[in-house]
Amino acid sequence: MVHQNIHIDEPKPTLSMHPKKFALWLFIVSIVMLFAALTSAYIVKQSDGNWLSFELPGVFAVNTVIIALSSLTMHVAYLAAKKDNLERIKWMLVVTVILGLTFLAGQYISWSELVRNNVYFVSNYASGSFIYVFTGLHGLHLVSGIIFLLITFASSVKMRIHSKNLVQIEMCMTYWHFLGGLWLYLYLFLLFYL
Amino acid sequence: MASTAVNEQLDDHIEDHAHEHHDNFITKYIFSTDHKTIAKQYLITGIFWAIIGGGMSLVFRLQLGFPEAQLEWLRPFLGKWITTSGKLDPEFYLALVTMHGTIMVFFVLTAGLSGTFSNYLIPLQIGARDMASGFMNMLSYWFFFVSSVVMFISLFIETGPASGGWVIYPPLSALPQAMSGSGLGMTLWLVSMALFIVSTLLGGINYITTIINLRTKGMSFAKLPLTIWAFFLTAVIGLLSFPVLLGAALLLIFDRSFGTSFYLSDIYIAGEALPNMGGSPILFQHLFWFLGHPEVYIVLLPALGITSEIIATNSRKPIFGYKAMIISMLGITVLSFVVWAHHMFVSGMNPFLGSIFMLLTLIIAVPSAVKVFNYLTTLWKGNIVFTPAMLFSIGLVSFFISGGLTGLFVGNSAIDIQLHDTYFIVAHFHLVMGSAAFFGMLAGIYHWFPKMFGRMMDSKLGYIHFWISFVGIYMVFFPMHYIGIAGFPRRYYSFTNFDAFSTFVDLNSFVSVAAILTFGAQFIFLFNFFYSIFRGKKAPANPWRSNTLEWTTPRNPGHGNWPGEIPSVHRWPYDYSKPGAKEDYIPQHIPLSETPESNLQHETRFVKEEKVSAKT
Repeated sequence: MVHQNIHIDEPKPTLSMHPKKFALWLFIVSIVMLFAALTSAYIVKQSDGNWLSFELPGVFAVNTVIIALSSLTMHVAYLAAKKDNLERIKWMLVVTVILGLTFLAGQYISWSELVRNNVYFVSNYASGSFIYVFTGLHGLHLVSGIIFLLITFASSVKMRIHSKNLVQIEMCMTYWHFLGGLWLYLYLFLLFYL
Repeated sequence: MASTAVNEQLDDHIEDHAHEHHDNFITKYIFSTDHKTIAKQYLITGIFWAIIGGGMSLVFRLQLGFPEAQLEWLRPFLGKWITTSGKLDPEFYLALVTMHGTIMVFFVLTAGLSGTFSNYLIPLQIGARDMASGFMNMLSYWFFFVSSVVMFISLFIETGPASGGWVIYPPLSALPQAMSGSGLGMTLWLVSMALFIVSTLLGGINYITTIINLRTKGMSFAKLPLTIWAFFLTAVIGLLSFPVLLGAALLLIFDRSFGTSFYLSDIYIAGEALPNMGGSPILFQHLFWFLGHPEVYIVLLPALGITSEIIATNSRKPIFGYKAMIISMLGITVLSFVVWAHHMFVSGMNPFLGSIFMLLTLIIAVPSAVKVFNYLTTLWKGNIVFTPAMLFSIGLVSFFISGGLTGLFVGNSAIDIQLHDTYFIVAHFHLVMGSAAFFGMLAGIYHWFPKMFGRMMDSKLGYIHFWISFVGIYMVFFPMHYIGIAGFPRRYYSFTNFDAFSTFVDLNSFVSVAAILTFGAQFIFLFNFFYSIFRGKKAPANPWRSNTLEWTTPRNPGHGNWPGEIPSVHRWPYDYSKPGAKEDYIPQHIPLSETPESNLQHETRFVKEEKVSAKT
């Protein structure tokens, strides 16, 4: 900081965030736009008629609880990192991954439940096809979230996550919370608009 | 404070690299993470696509201008697409117009323009060592490259490339039975575009992050060059609109390959009903144009930004209405998302909705007119230096005006009933978006060539290139207005089948000859470009006596751009011909305290405050 006074008029440093975190937020914006487009398409399609109404799979409710829990454990992992509780970071990340995988399994079960109720992906009723697209695309993003969790877990094993080095776990947490929020949005959307 | 820490960390990081850096050919020129090399890769790929896309337009112009001509001599290039009677195959004609549109809009004027100049100028003009993530930037280029390869392959397959128009409306694009181009060609188109969207998003995220977070000291938003503002807003538009195209394409892929009915309903082919029911083709149009319209501004805004910079520099005057320019670009950005349905006035959409979209569309004329006014008032009474870049920028303003005026007609939902999908539309968007953006790109190349390659382009060849292109483009697109008003639809294979249009045969031949001339003139540019890379005159440090930071780098800037510390910024980038100043330009990194003779009253106060703060 001392050398700055050499200049006669020192311009102010510019406002800035951590670039990688910022880029993650922009990535999230692009995912939001993708799902905003698809859910708007759903509303437009619905107003056209030829719409099949059916019961949402009961698994969805259970899954919503599971993913909310996983957000909680993710947050506990982050708090542990802030307090340098290295063991707990690892455990909580593992629990989050397991909950994430359980959620995916639950989504798969929901698909078979849909098929049992004669709601198919390939059909003349877009309402059914859309549910598969929503859950499938969300699941795909969730897989990327789990990969991110595993990478974060790997760094926690190497002792690279602690109170002085929080960027990675913060980014992982942001992404994971977002994916949970995205599911909540899709679930509520379907509840209201089906 | 946190921000300085980040910046310092990055600086340290880059300096560390500089010591251990041993570039071999592959890391330096092929898998490079240096924004300058990536920009050049985008430029060269863009030029390659421009030649292909432009060449395609000549082939269909030959068909339109000279419907009786023997095209047997094209057989070595087009093979079986020339029929046994020596004519262009009508299906391939449709493929040509489709691919011309796709290539020009996405590969040349999006990737070639934004990819080149955003990559090249953002770090150099805001004072950053490189992009926020060099690796992501490299990925962005290579996704574009793979997307290009897929699209290029699709040109050579048996059933021909995608042929349903660049807007790929279903059901035409969704059913392989509909036309041969909707088979494998369409599949490859979708794959290529999906990769392209990934590339654009990676690039755009990087541009926005870099502009917001990596600006040098003093480079506040109010001191950013207008180029950077334009690139920034372009990237924002891309980030918000391209995912929507991905969504639209995804549903189209499901309809094509999995049998869903998002877009398909009540279709009979050869007397037989398809099983698909309940889909809505208009849904696709909504989703497509939600990208498609902002895409117009993705193409145009960078060109307008480049023009602002070049016109101010070469008029030796501050840009007129700097803030008005920024506000109008912001206005255009916001409005670009709420006008998409003006492409669909005749799609059977609710006419009340149409009148709302008409109102919003016509509002865009306001910020556009503000920008034009500001360009003209910047030129007004300036000490204009007619470099080739300046000529191309003025040419852009001309196209923007003459193409923009017809926008008032076609944006009107009642007049659009007559003009929709006629050559009037073709003339309108080729002038206002196609040619304007293309001129912006050329202006940018002429202006920043000395920085890119350390050598000068020949300006005499530049002048010849400009005048033939400028006159040629008007000769091509101006007559099309008449053909369009007469009602001739675009994408039709032949005029001569209809008596009503036989009076336009001469005019069409004229347009085709002009197109050939204009295309030919681009080879002057190509020669100039490639010759000057190796043999051009060595460029001085600041050949255009310009204010922005890129001209403070060495003649051939290395990795990290500035050998020493990054210069700080003390003033806006448009201090040209400031009264009292020694020179007619004061670069952005010169402190106010060094120019007491030209400081304005409020600036003198800044200097005093700065001195006080320096003492304490």
